[in-house]
Amino acid sequence: MNRRPFLKLVSALTLAGTLTATAASADTIRIGAVAPKTGGLAGGATVTQWPSIYLWVDQVNAAGGLTVDGEQMMIELIEYDDQTNPGETIKAVQRLATQDEAHFIIAPYGTGLNLAAAPLFDRYGYPQIAVSAITDQQPELSDKFPNMFFTLGTTTALAADLVGVLTDMREAGDLGNRVAMVNVADAFGIELATAAKPLFLEAGFELVYETSYPLGTQDLSPVIKGAAAAEPDAFVAWSYPPDTFGLTEQAMIEDIDVQAFYTAVATPFPSYGGRFGAAADGVLGAGGVNPDSPAFQEYAKAHMELTGAAPDYWASATTYASLEILAQSIEAVGLDREAVSDHLRETTFETVLGPIAFDENNSNPAFWTVGQWQDGVFVGVASRGRDGTAPVILKDGWK
Amino acid sequence: MSLTGSDLRNLVLAALALGICALLPLSGSGYWLGLGVTIAMFTALATSWALFSGPTHYISLATAAFFGVGTYVTGLGIDSLPYWGLIGIAGAIGAVLAALVGLATLRLSGVYFVIFTLGLAELVRQVITWVQNNSGQKGLYVLTDLDEAGIYWWLLGLVTAVFVTGWLIGRSRLGFALRIIGDDETVAAHSGINTARAKVLLFMVPGAVAAMTGAILAPRYVYIEPSLAFAPILSFQVVIMALLGGASRLWGPLVGVIPFTFLLEAVSANFPNQSTLVIGVAFLIIVYFLPNGFVGLLDRALTRTGHRREA
Repeated sequence: MNRRPFLKLVSALTLAGTLTATAASADTIRIGAVAPKTGGLAGGATVTQWPSIYLWVDQVNAAGGLTVDGEQMMIELIEYDDQTNPGETIKAVQRLATQDEAHFIIAPYGTGLNLAAAPLFDRYGYPQIAVSAITDQQPELSDKFPNMFFTLGTTTALAADLVGVLTDMREAGDLGNRVAMVNVADAFGIELATAAKPLFLEAGFELVYETSYPLGTQDLSPVIKGAAAAEPDAFVAWSYPPDTFGLTEQAMIEDIDVQAFYTAVATPFPSYGGRFGAAADGVLGAGGVNPDSPAFQEYAKAHMELTGAAPDYWASATTYASLEILAQSIEAVGLDREAVSDHLRETTFETVLGPIAFDENNSNPAFWTVGQWQDGVFVGVASRGRDGTAPVILKDGWK
Repeated sequence: MSLTGSDLRNLVLAALALGICALLPLSGSGYWLGLGVTIAMFTALATSWALFSGPTHYISLATAAFFGVGTYVTGLGIDSLPYWGLIGIAGAIGAVLAALVGLATLRLSGVYFVIFTLGLAELVRQVITWVQNNSGQKGLYVLTDLDEAGIYWWLLGLVTAVFVTGWLIGRSRLGFALRIIGDDETVAAHSGINTARAKVLLFMVPGAVAAMTGAILAPRYVYIEPSLAFAPILSFQVVIMALLGGASRLWGPLVGVIPFTFLLEAVSANFPNQSTLVIGVAFLIIVYFLPNGFVGLLDRALTRTGHRREA
């Protein structure tokens, strides 16, 4: 009796081994995907990353696959959950590269998980078209990992363009000089606040209130109360998904009287507009799209039909664009990964966001930076080189 | 304190096994090397954990705290100091931190210790984040030329050091004192053993080892975020693996780490949408069928064959 559990374990492992071995097949392109389905970033990945991947695979296969060297090849998607754990991301990429022998791997989700995977993408020569990895280190990183590409912009651009938007409002006479700035005390929140502070001061703003709160803080009322007491004209929060919602809720409760209200990550999520309704009107946030562009509308419609949910108004479309770029490159040069990377560096791609071409640092210089909820839609109000920027409106109360 | 014949034989066998493990990167398979890094990492963590928790029966959930401190030592120092120096500094900081925690909590009974160690990861994480928040973005990017093989060899060296330390402690007065404390702390105190000192000294070992493991692995993660460096799941994984193997022997955690790593790999590879669920179920099954870990299973099997031979 005593040996049985061990036997069970052994048989489970053997079974698992045989299942993995049956993956390969000749006429399909094996595309690997690893991103959180559980853990801290699962909420973001299931809105932004996974649905766009499923949509893309579905559309490509419905159209008969990709044309590689004159032959139609269907896509076989191999997906793994990294549990928001960089160790698991590394294991999954390793498995995709060596066991599943994936032809290409879709970049993971989040800055930390993308960078943990970067050395492996580099070693096996996979192009890594990163989306949710916003960083100012793009020159250093693309130097170190020559096949790593960046699509969603830089930390400083996100901060600088918000400062620009607020400066324009001030110069139009709509906004005073007093800014309350808070940030979540975690990697990206700290990076954004560090970048923004000197820019605000340089632009002649007065930082009347500054604080930070730990990641996962449940009660954000002291933050909003403290900011309100400093009587700011603009409230800026470099926030993460849970606190983006928490701060907005507290702002409504306190009825904070500002002409500009900004929260960062997750403000462009459809669930934000859904939850706050008319009160969201005028709220500024990181990201944006041009919701009037026919390409985006077509994408959003297909996204809704296949996944039952709307895409977010920022990284969803960029994720989809990164896959369009990959598909166009494969069709142009075939399954040779090095050739695909070279093609990525040289070509201008037509995507749902408009044309994308990578610069000498492998980064896409044309991206959205600031958006705003206007009549139930999150529209881009500032961008680097994108068409369709909408004029900013004033935050007019919380009703 | 001289070496017996069987001691010598075991040492030679261990050295041989280590030599074989060190050849893994030469196999050229990145997949097996990746699993090797995971196994070496958890072997170092679980074995050092069991060195303290095995004899004393104090369950420490502080692994993530020390590990996170180690990753930040490398993150903050990689531009100015050599890698090996950072590993040493991380070990020293881990040991000092463990001593402080030990002095504060090891006089208390077990439950208080468990709760304190669980909170420690969060405490240290908040302190580091606070410092980062006030000094601007520092220590986030760790860009080195170290590859997977280099990290593996460093970890293997650390594992060796842990086994040697464990073996030496087992033969020392300290090890003897700890076994008495584990059996009955009151008796130990009455025999003139300074129980608090012995426990604090021993607790410094897993503290230093976990911090050094974190320091070694930081270049592998490239980007250091508090939520990833201090992930509490690590503390629980180490406890589970050590208990699956059996904390009563020096080599016990090793026989837990290896099957558990393969089990996790098989589950993540085959159940991408239910990994966490299947891992939870597997853990329940293990606890139910193997309450004493693989060491207990092996002991019973040995006893049985022993009986059979006598019959």
